[in-house]
Amino acid sequence: MAQIELDAINRLFQLGDSQVHALRDVSLRIEAGEYVAVMGPSGSGKSTLLNLLGLLDRPNAGHYRLEGRDVTTLSADEQAAVRSARIGFVFQSFHLVPRLTAAENVALPLMLAGIPPHERTQRVTAALKDFGLEPRAHHRPEELSGGQRQRVAIARATIMRPAMLLADEPTGNLDRATGQDVTALLEALNAAGMTLIVVTHDPTMGERARRRVLMEDGAIREDLRRAPEPA
Amino acid sequence: MSPADTLRFASRAALGYPLRSALMVLAMSIGVAAVVMLTALGDGARRYVVEEFSALGANLLIVLPGRTETGGVNPGSFVSSTPRDLTNDDAAALQRLALVQRVAPLTVGNSEISVSGRLREVLVVGTSADYLDIRGFKVASGQFLPREDFGRASAVAVIGETIRAELFGSQNAIGRMIRLGDRRLRVIGIMGPAGRGLGMNSDELVLVPVATAQAMFNTNALFRIMVETRGREALAPAQRQVEALLQARREGEFDFTVITQDAVLGTFDRILGALTLGVAGIAAISLAVAGILVMNVMLVAVTQRTGEIGLLKALGASARAIRLGFLTEAGLLSLAGAAAGFVLGHAGAWAIRLAFPALPAWPPDWAVAAAVGTALVTGLLFGVMPARRAAALDPVQALMKH
Repeated sequence: MAQIELDAINRLFQLGDSQVHALRDVSLRIEAGEYVAVMGPSGSGKSTLLNLLGLLDRPNAGHYRLEGRDVTTLSADEQAAVRSARIGFVFQSFHLVPRLTAAENVALPLMLAGIPPHERTQRVTAALKDFGLEPRAHHRPEELSGGQRQRVAIARATIMRPAMLLADEPTGNLDRATGQDVTALLEALNAAGMTLIVVTHDPTMGERARRRVLMEDGAIREDLRRAPEPA
Repeated sequence: MSPADTLRFASRAALGYPLRSALMVLAMSIGVAAVVMLTALGDGARRYVVEEFSALGANLLIVLPGRTETGGVNPGSFVSSTPRDLTNDDAAALQRLALVQRVAPLTVGNSEISVSGRLREVLVVGTSADYLDIRGFKVASGQFLPREDFGRASAVAVIGETIRAELFGSQNAIGRMIRLGDRRLRVIGIMGPAGRGLGMNSDELVLVPVATAQAMFNTNALFRIMVETRGREALAPAQRQVEALLQARREGEFDFTVITQDAVLGTFDRILGALTLGVAGIAAISLAVAGILVMNVMLVAVTQRTGEIGLLKALGASARAIRLGFLTEAGLLSLAGAAAGFVLGHAGAWAIRLAFPALPAWPPDWAVAAAVGTALVTGLLFGVMPARRAAALDPVQALMKH
């Protein structure tokens, strides 16, 4: 049983009087701990696929099994619980809450999950230390650089120790050097066992992934695996 | 999400947009302050009137000739239509009752007063020595009417301060003769400056013995008999005694009315209480307006924070958590508004008391509680719709707006 199993997923959007087929018959299996880059031109359905994987969106047809459980039929709140426990999101525009400090942003998922403040502080402090953000803990997002912001966002995405990390153009708003730092950070998390699925335009980032899914017109055109690197 | 976290998150959100929150708190506080201040004004007026009446003496019975029914016209009003007059003998008889402390018969009429060519119209009150204590008046100089039989028409008068100033100017008035109607009377006292007392202003009165006034106006009838009872508890039994005695004195006919101070006071109390309530109701409209403003502000907040709502959903927030968050925010803003309005209203009432020291403008507790309660309830009620809208947002759409 793969961690993620998509079977004949279809997603249609109604735009005015025309229908857009964002995903057509997408079937995909991703094992735990994989590093997948989803690539393709704009409008190819990459983001829709990521939203579906993250349970933010529902398919019109098809089944999505996450860790053996069919999650397509879950209620909105049940899906929220799955997101909380199993899925971490990293966004292109970071999506930090501007009025909260770095530490408070990182603590958000813990707070939403109802983890007591004492444990929260411990875990947030540890996470900020791991990500080298300790001196910035009490700064607001506007006082942080782009790279720092994305690191806060990644710390937030991983604070609940999710099984998979979904990243939508994580380096899209960063310069090359910081982008590489962030990529390295994500890869380190993947190396520690977290499934990493990255949507990206950036071919160099795509090159680094062990598996590349190329999308076109809502369908998977190519699914390339790189042979494991010799030890 | 624990309640403490919801509260903290909501308060941070409210503080995150200071101008918007401040304006909303201001609107809500004006509503609450309006209720508090206007009820303070209304209730102050009510208390003022009540105190004025209390100045008359709390254990007072007033006997009026004729049967006055508060219920309007009844069959009895057609049967016996000519009531017997109240007389000095009635007053004298009342004085002998055990529960009665003081009795003052009252005859009132207009007459002309003249002293050495100066002439003016005055209100003449024929009464007895006890009237001074019953009304709580003070004599400034000289003495009040002598204690004597009600039937004795002594040729003396006590005049008010204004009358004295107008007729005698700087001269000494005590012992001087005045002409009142067709009688010559000696001035034996001057009333002190008017105390608090509704109706007649003692500054412009001429007080004479009751029999003197009756002779002057050519009547045997009394306008009123004022009866002061021994203590407040004696009021009800004294009223029964007075009624029984007077009824016996007129062959069982009940053609007079005994009213208590309390009855008059109660009526005023009710009228002004209703007025206060009405004013509070009008002020409450501003609270409803503030409630709509809460809704508007919260709807703007939902639009403003759509990206954040999407994020919270992505991070695993349930619809309930988001709903509660926004509702808590609306509640907190209303609470702050209510608190600010409470302070503002009390400050306003204080200013009114400062400007009009006679008016005890204290807001009644019920009005304060109602205003603050209404503010909270409207705030929460009008917060429900925006909160539901926030919770119902589609996460994908919401995340795209950033």
